[in-house]
Amino acid sequence: MQRIGDAPRVRRILVISAVLLAALFLLLPLVAIFAQAFAQGVEVFWRNVSNHYTVRAIGLTLFITVLTIPVCLVFGVALAWLVTRFSFPGRRLLQTLIDIPFAVSPVVAGLVYLLLYGRNGWIGNWLDGYDIQLMFAWPGILMVTIFVTCPFVARELIPLMQAQGSRDEEAAVTLGASGWTLFRRVTLPNIRWALLYGVILTNARAVGEFGAVSVVSGAIRGQTNTLPLHLEQLYQDYNTVGAFSSAALLALIALLTLAAKASLEWRAARQEA
Amino acid sequence: MSIRLTNIAKTFGRTQALEPINLDIHDGELVGLLGPSGSGKTTLLRIIAGLEQADAKPAGRIQFGERDVTQVHVRDRRIGFVFQHYALFRHMTVFDNVAFGLTVMPRKERPSSGEIRARVHRLLEMVQLEDFAKRYPAQLSGGQQQRVSLARALALRPDVLLLDEPFGALDAKVRQELRRWLRHLHDELNFTSVFVTHDQEEALELSDRVVVMSNGRIEQIDTPEALYRAPANRFVFEFLGDVNRLEGDVRDGVLTCGDARLAVSELDDGREELLLRPHELKLADAPSDAAQLPVTVTSISPIGAEVRVELEADWLPAPWLATVRHADFERLAISRGQRLYAIPRRWHRFDDATAKPRQATAA
Repeated sequence: MQRIGDAPRVRRILVISAVLLAALFLLLPLVAIFAQAFAQGVEVFWRNVSNHYTVRAIGLTLFITVLTIPVCLVFGVALAWLVTRFSFPGRRLLQTLIDIPFAVSPVVAGLVYLLLYGRNGWIGNWLDGYDIQLMFAWPGILMVTIFVTCPFVARELIPLMQAQGSRDEEAAVTLGASGWTLFRRVTLPNIRWALLYGVILTNARAVGEFGAVSVVSGAIRGQTNTLPLHLEQLYQDYNTVGAFSSAALLALIALLTLAAKASLEWRAARQEA
Repeated sequence: MSIRLTNIAKTFGRTQALEPINLDIHDGELVGLLGPSGSGKTTLLRIIAGLEQADAKPAGRIQFGERDVTQVHVRDRRIGFVFQHYALFRHMTVFDNVAFGLTVMPRKERPSSGEIRARVHRLLEMVQLEDFAKRYPAQLSGGQQQRVSLARALALRPDVLLLDEPFGALDAKVRQELRRWLRHLHDELNFTSVFVTHDQEEALELSDRVVVMSNGRIEQIDTPEALYRAPANRFVFEFLGDVNRLEGDVRDGVLTCGDARLAVSELDDGREELLLRPHELKLADAPSDAAQLPVTVTSISPIGAEVRVELEADWLPAPWLATVRHADFERLAISRGQRLYAIPRRWHRFDDATAKPRQATAA
């Protein structure tokens, strides 16, 4: 028997248009990136990638990402725990506030940080007295990257922890477990897939963030240039192959992230079964 | 270990889940908390466990034996708790689930791993799941999961075992089996148990005493026999079984309702409502001197020890239910659509104002 909405013609049209759109908007650009990067051969690609400034940009990007992930991880778990396990006035408001980094344009976020922590800003001015500079240096880049990525882990955890409820934890407490033991042996195993998934998303965003970082970094070549900023500079300098070599690196990181995500989902689904 | 609750109340926001309650549970007793949903029975159980905090005002007290546990954390109350949906740790094997309480003990008090293994195996033997130690909860049936959860709760040798609708999610046959088995376990290990249920049959069958609750109040505390024989008020009577209602005007010792009449010499004139249990109704071909209640048979269910017959009549706002013995059923050759006469052997009446029951045997 045929189900509603399963007319062969409708199905064929939908499948074809989906495949066509995916190829045009997703696959083709990806192929183009690698084609451009390797346009003048592997050697040129390699020379571009191993260029001093590119290596520094890669280094800074990885450094920022490695610092961002643990901060977002701890923040996300703590926030999700707070919101799903306790009831207090302002709980709903807090849940809405978590989404601010998603709702606000990253450029705006960068500007606000500049306003607050820049040398002429309220807090930056005071810090300047102690000779501490946040903006146009890596701490500023780290701050805005954390701002932009902090909702990912919490967003993944909150619906899951809400659905699971606190029954497992209650059971563990009646059996005498407390604090860290409770978290490590009961809560963490229950949320580990969502947690890893949140980390992967955080990673992807931290590596690729452009808007907020471009405002606060100052884009000093070899010093405060992250990979996306470096890429843009190369492109402005008409170094197309150089720009696309960096782009290929970013695309590669993205592909690896997607692969990690797919394999996680697959493993989680298998564990559920 | 006896349990004594004094002046325990609970409010959630603006709704009062429990009015101030006093309750004494004796050492070694198996007590059922029975009531409809929203009656406060689960809240009461969770307060005994320490999973919920009783209101600070009025200042209530919870004692286990001589020990005042009002301010004691769940962790240190030495209770075992069994949840309705088992709450097994799904990422742990059956063995690890049962061993959990032992493995999280402070290092100084923790038994050696050899002793833990021996104790868990003894527990699994007791719940007849020795062969399932390496399985995960998802690989077990509901009844098996609930047995694991019982073994887990008993692993720390609690003084008090608390069960929240322990058999509510299981099918009828497994429920019956687990009930019998819990009773057996209770008698053998001699702890004090409190369980919550909304199933009257379960409460009456399993408990030494039943606490009937409604709207955050205790309506009656009694043995199952006493509860059924002498319900304290109309709520208890209605909650503990099927009820047939007869409403009419009494004049000169006769209650009239349409073309139905029943002699009630004990009652004064006025509007009255009488309640009758299905097994207290006799069916006959002809009216008796005292009762003339013509009814029509609308459906028959012959499964079980007795035949359940549904009756309707013009003078009845809601159908009646009568249970008759198979012998009587065959003698009267009852069939659907047949006209018969109902003759009450006994009826009950509750004066709402005084909440005092009055019962009478029909002449």
